[in-house]
Amino acid sequence: MPRLEVLKTYKIYIGGQFPRTESGRYYSPVNKAGKKLANVCLCSRKDFRDAVVSARSAFGGWSSRAAFNRSQILYRMAEMLEGRKAQFIDELIQQDATRAHAEKEISLAIDRLIYYAGWCDKFQQLFSAVNPVASSHFNFSVPEPTGVVSIIAPQGDALLGLVSLIAPVIAGGNTCVVLASETKPLCAVTFAEVLNSSDLPGGVVNILTGKPAELVSWFTDHMDVNATLYCENNSDVQKLIREKSASNLKRVHFYDKVNWYSAEGQSPYFIMDSQEIKTTWHPVENIAGAGGGY
Amino acid sequence: MATKKKAVRSKPSGKKSNTIRLKFDTSWSYAPAPESKSAATIDKQYDLFINGTWQKPLSKKYFSTINPANEEKLAEVAEASEADVNKAVDAARTAYEDVWKKMPPKERAKYIFRIARIVQEKARELAIIETLDGGKPIRESRDFDVPTAANHFFYYAGWADKLEYAFPNRRTSPLGVAGQIIPWNFPLLMAAWKIAPALATGNTVVLKPAETTPLTALKLAEIIQEADLPPGVVNILTGAGATGAAIVNHPGINKIAFTGSTEVGKIIQRAIAGTNKKATLELGGKAANIIFEDAPLDQAVEGVINGIFFNQGHVCCAGSRLYVQESVAKEVIRKLKDRMESLLVGDPLDKNTDIGAINSKQQLDTIRKYISIGKKEGAEMYESSCRLPGKGFYCRPTLFTNVAQSNRIAQEEIFGPVLAIITFRTDDEVIEKANNSPYGLSAGVWTDKGSKIFNMTKRLRAGVVWANTFNKFDPASPFGGYKESGFGREGGLHGLLPYVQLTS
Repeated sequence: MPRLEVLKTYKIYIGGQFPRTESGRYYSPVNKAGKKLANVCLCSRKDFRDAVVSARSAFGGWSSRAAFNRSQILYRMAEMLEGRKAQFIDELIQQDATRAHAEKEISLAIDRLIYYAGWCDKFQQLFSAVNPVASSHFNFSVPEPTGVVSIIAPQGDALLGLVSLIAPVIAGGNTCVVLASETKPLCAVTFAEVLNSSDLPGGVVNILTGKPAELVSWFTDHMDVNATLYCENNSDVQKLIREKSASNLKRVHFYDKVNWYSAEGQSPYFIMDSQEIKTTWHPVENIAGAGGGY
Repeated sequence: MATKKKAVRSKPSGKKSNTIRLKFDTSWSYAPAPESKSAATIDKQYDLFINGTWQKPLSKKYFSTINPANEEKLAEVAEASEADVNKAVDAARTAYEDVWKKMPPKERAKYIFRIARIVQEKARELAIIETLDGGKPIRESRDFDVPTAANHFFYYAGWADKLEYAFPNRRTSPLGVAGQIIPWNFPLLMAAWKIAPALATGNTVVLKPAETTPLTALKLAEIIQEADLPPGVVNILTGAGATGAAIVNHPGINKIAFTGSTEVGKIIQRAIAGTNKKATLELGGKAANIIFEDAPLDQAVEGVINGIFFNQGHVCCAGSRLYVQESVAKEVIRKLKDRMESLLVGDPLDKNTDIGAINSKQQLDTIRKYISIGKKEGAEMYESSCRLPGKGFYCRPTLFTNVAQSNRIAQEEIFGPVLAIITFRTDDEVIEKANNSPYGLSAGVWTDKGSKIFNMTKRLRAGVVWANTFNKFDPASPFGGYKESGFGREGGLHGLLPYVQLTS
């Protein structure tokens, strides 16, 4: 008798752990050939809220790490991804990609991580300013991460799109909760395993699977989420996101026109989309010994 | 850590102050020093400034603007209806497509420089009108509002032909027609903050000043006319909330820039859902001003006074929550009360006045509501003993001690001269308390220790952090909030981004 294959259970990723959805629900996406990909967690609002709690508690630590250290961790993620290339190609093919496309997508995804690993400790220099104010003050402006970012990953480009969204957000010191492609969730879950073995602290990236139609409104309504990224060209959903985002004035960005395979698919401006500019003032004493300057 | 501290501080409490307590019960008083109203010309009635000309409102309606210092009527201004907004947006669109977008940037720059110069030339008149219409002390409108407004135009004028240097590896293009809605606390300055970067980046403008303070914006329209700015590049419409809503909802608007309350900011965010309109929202705040025991206390007290009583506290970034380290709380509160006694409250046109009139009856009611809420919630109120003028809207400088973090006066924006004081013991505690707010516009830190300053300024979640100073502004310095204080920046290089489209 031939050996029976061990099937993988695709679970979600919250706070550095792989739980099942609290809802106990699952769905079974199929590929074009009609083959079932897996039983995948059908996440609920409660899963999202748990993930936000993890992301928020990871934010302080992640955002205050040295930018250089974040850079090394992103580079480590790329190393891990490179090492598991074959598995991703396999999953991408299961999700209807040709071998050539799958190879291209995984290579670009790895290179994208390297690209943003390099930006971690450089974009601040590019977008900071020392401001020549007229009064006797030292005044400078620097970017700082906005906080917890909710991401609805693209339905297509299930790996490259996912990586292209997560990388600039965490390179800038934010934490995130990501909803994987509904129809092509396999490599998102496997990517979580890459993250888990990359020295990335638990909670920095949380990955859920499920239906955008069910979850989008929670992703953009939650009061402890600071920004929302959305990639589909669905005007009804875009409208819903903008409306719901008003609850606590989230920063909202739509990337429906971005081609992740092109040169426009990566830039430090994606990092800046989840950054705030902080300006700091301090008096400069201008007469020695005068004790003034306040 | 705790034992170490104990050893260092030999006399933790009851430390003898080396400053002399000022006496206020003397017969000294200041002679009146009023600025002359005659140096300003205010028309009886103002129409709408559309397409470079003054046009009667299609609504045929006018409303009065009054001097909050004595409740006297200053002028009547037109109330722009939806039809008037349509006219203004059409004019702005035509000016954008036919003139402004095509104009060489260096020429655009020169127009903005011209505006800056004329504002400087008319500074005295503008300051007087600002004070008459809004109630702020002439000292502030003369020394802060008007010059800073002129400087803002001057600063952004120079950017117009240098935009390719502002965004690495990107080209910029304007967005189109910007709808801009500004508040009543810094009427002319906010108009400058809005118009200057919009014009420099090649956009045209429909601007609505607040209904209680329309006059300096209308004076600015006269200046724009005098500068020969092409018709329609800047249109100024007066009106109230309905006029603002018509601007926000107009399909011909590409960008909304709003400064005002968080509540209205959220309404705007919902209103533009489903459109391609971009938005900059500069909203409310509840700034924490933090005093550590090692701070230079006299300077800190001055900073706190300026932080909360500047412009009658009508400042979105006002330092309205004071966190003072327990060991110096008693001394700081005593010094604050002393300093409050010396503040002159009264005629805004008097050059000696520190605190002028509250902007409107409505705002005075809001402030009074919060003062009574503060008392009901169990905080202890103290107000200065000054005499208030019989007519007009005035409020004594007020502070609350024994405030709890959860009290409404510590959580909600009052927008008046009311300070809530809370004590703390450790760095971590004060960071936790300071950041415990839906707002994140500004914050202040007072300490003599450099490393502590950077620790604090880094951990405070606010867009502007003043260390050993407060309420400082400059055209070169970006301003804007985190969290529910809005998004986008105004001022400096970062203030260009909200008005441009970037392409590679």
